[in-house]
Amino acid sequence: MSTLLPPSERIWWKQPVDRVEVLWVGIALVWCLILTFMMPYWHVFGKQNISNTAYHVNPKEFAARARAVDGKYVVRTEDGVPVVQPPPGADVYLIAHQWAWWPILELEKGKSYRLHLSSLDVLHGFSLQPENINLEVVPGYEMVLTVTPNHVGTYSLVCNEYCGIGHQAMIGRVYVTK
Amino acid sequence: MGIDRRFRICPDTGLALHRPAERLIKANAVAAVVCLLVGGILAIGVALTRWPAVHLLPVTSFYTALTAHGLDMLIFWIIFFEIAVLYFASSTLLRCRLATPRLAWLGFALMVIGAVLTNLVILQGRSSVMMTSYVPLRAEPGFYLGLILFAVGALIGCFIFLGTLVIARYEKTYDGSIPLVVFGALTACIIAIFTIASGAIVLIPTFLWSIGLVSHFDPLMYRVIWWGMGHSSQQINVATQIAIWYAIAAIVFGARPMSERVSRTAFLLYILFLQLASAHHLLVDPGISSSWKVFNTSYFMYLAVLASMIHGLTVPGSIELAQRRKGLTKGLFEWLRKAPWGNPVFSSMFISLVGFGFLGGITGVMMGTEQLNINVHNTLYVPGHFHATVVVGTTLAFMGLTYFLVPVLFRREIIFKGLARWQPYIYGLGMSAVSLFMMGAGTLGVPRRDWDITGAGLPFAPHWPGAAYLMLGLLGISAIVAVLGGAAFIVITVGSILFGKRLETGETTTAPSRLERAAPVAAALEGYGGGGTLVTPGTFVLALVFLLTFVVYYFISWKYLGTVWGLH
Repeated sequence: MSTLLPPSERIWWKQPVDRVEVLWVGIALVWCLILTFMMPYWHVFGKQNISNTAYHVNPKEFAARARAVDGKYVVRTEDGVPVVQPPPGADVYLIAHQWAWWPILELEKGKSYRLHLSSLDVLHGFSLQPENINLEVVPGYEMVLTVTPNHVGTYSLVCNEYCGIGHQAMIGRVYVTK
Repeated sequence: MGIDRRFRICPDTGLALHRPAERLIKANAVAAVVCLLVGGILAIGVALTRWPAVHLLPVTSFYTALTAHGLDMLIFWIIFFEIAVLYFASSTLLRCRLATPRLAWLGFALMVIGAVLTNLVILQGRSSVMMTSYVPLRAEPGFYLGLILFAVGALIGCFIFLGTLVIARYEKTYDGSIPLVVFGALTACIIAIFTIASGAIVLIPTFLWSIGLVSHFDPLMYRVIWWGMGHSSQQINVATQIAIWYAIAAIVFGARPMSERVSRTAFLLYILFLQLASAHHLLVDPGISSSWKVFNTSYFMYLAVLASMIHGLTVPGSIELAQRRKGLTKGLFEWLRKAPWGNPVFSSMFISLVGFGFLGGITGVMMGTEQLNINVHNTLYVPGHFHATVVVGTTLAFMGLTYFLVPVLFRREIIFKGLARWQPYIYGLGMSAVSLFMMGAGTLGVPRRDWDITGAGLPFAPHWPGAAYLMLGLLGISAIVAVLGGAAFIVITVGSILFGKRLETGETTTAPSRLERAAPVAAALEGYGGGGTLVTPGTFVLALVFLLTFVVYYFISWKYLGTVWGLH
């Protein structure tokens, strides 16, 4: 029962190591270095990286700014929610609050937009389905992210950070057109 | 009152059980199993609600049950059991009296009061804030207070473990260095102290905020520090469960470590790097730079992953060595085929090892990769991953140890031996399926912590693929299997303690013999590894299979990420 006994030599560091262990530690270490390397590699060559741009923001101020900017691009309303169609390259705002997303975005495939994302109350989770892009939405922080839709379709915006009793009803919509 | 120095020598195992320590180990283990029972009952409600065809609980009860399930399982069951393991590893394994048993009872009382208080507050229904209790979502003050009391109690337990190590050294109850299993427990204890310190830094201000004494708590800072507790507490489990793997290898096979040096260095890597994992939860958060994320999420170049990969080789390797020494040398796998698969102590440990590595480890690294996290953050994939690590891995390892400890501590035979043979398989395979189907649903985007994904009656109801509903249905069925396996465990252990055949208790002494060193290593390797062959070829092949699975899954995940919208 010697894993339960003191090692035969008090200085365990001096005990011999078998070849199979040395070999495996070597292989595993190489794999760990590859794992480490992949993240900076994707920052340079990959197309999906979370932006490092974020600002402290007062939720009221964020809401006011969002209404002013998005208000310019409203094309229609659906179920009382405005549908916003910003020109390519424009800044566009998305508000998360208990328990809805505002507004509905209508974007063009292959064009880029600067998406400003924040919450007015508690934490929310931006989960774009079925694309499966998931972001944390934190009150007091405004994330600015350049998004480039690459598939046409009707997307659901699900909240996937528990945000209170109406959490499951917090569902929005995003359209991507040609 | 003087120091109680009475030890009971277990007639079956020769272990020296300090009487006060023995009572404390029993109390903590029993409290742990009670929490497991409560958490298991809640699991039924949670799983059957997420099965859309059944949709058992109403919305408020679901979030209440989910909050309590998370805390009872991830915190209370596991930490009560870990305190029992710490006392066992220090006092029993080192044949030493436990430091300050009365203080240990105070710690136990605080943990019980804390666990009960938090549960009662949650069940009142106004604190359904989930285990993570992210601010500014507000729970009742008693919710945080209970957690703080529990943590203080656990901290007392950690210091009693350290105090016992000091006494053991001072009173020379063992010769040389502490055994590997105690070394692993020490690793767990050090990580636990870091964890509880993070918990204090985050929960005390949150408590003050909940009673109105602090006006604002930055939600992002809360997440950074909360996960210093939340993720690190799972690292206590990793260290403890691996110490238990080594212990069970020794108990069942008389195994010795392949080498003390490699196994202990791997534990040291845990102490140095595991705590960086707070970052795993913040990879898609605003306001945190990529360089911070990459450094921390990779545990500084994945050195803690390296440690787990090392244990993944050296634990089965130590078993293979022991089996080959007994003459089971045919082919690559005779040692494994002829292992005691009907002994629940071994089968629990082995399923724990395989499940933790293949299901938990690989997916954990995938999720913890900065960009890959975009595809899985907060989906059901996340609980899928940690049901593999904490349930298949940790809980099953604890169950295996319990099958060994019930006769030792309670001096009762295990009852329902036939059921006990099957229990690790029912539970382990049921829970592995739970974990796989959660990950399947998560890959399809299904959110975690969501009462109803269908959005029935809502204007923008999402359209989920049929496979997502299929996964959730299979998840419900697997959860029932796992719950039955868990129930079998509780029936067997509680039944054995109450009704098992009594065993003789053994003699009592005040001066147990000293714990002597293992025989020199050279003798162990004799006859193997000579002439250019590997000492543990079977284990090495298994390790390569693991690596291959890892590499393939990892790069498939990148390919999948490469198809989604451009983001920068």
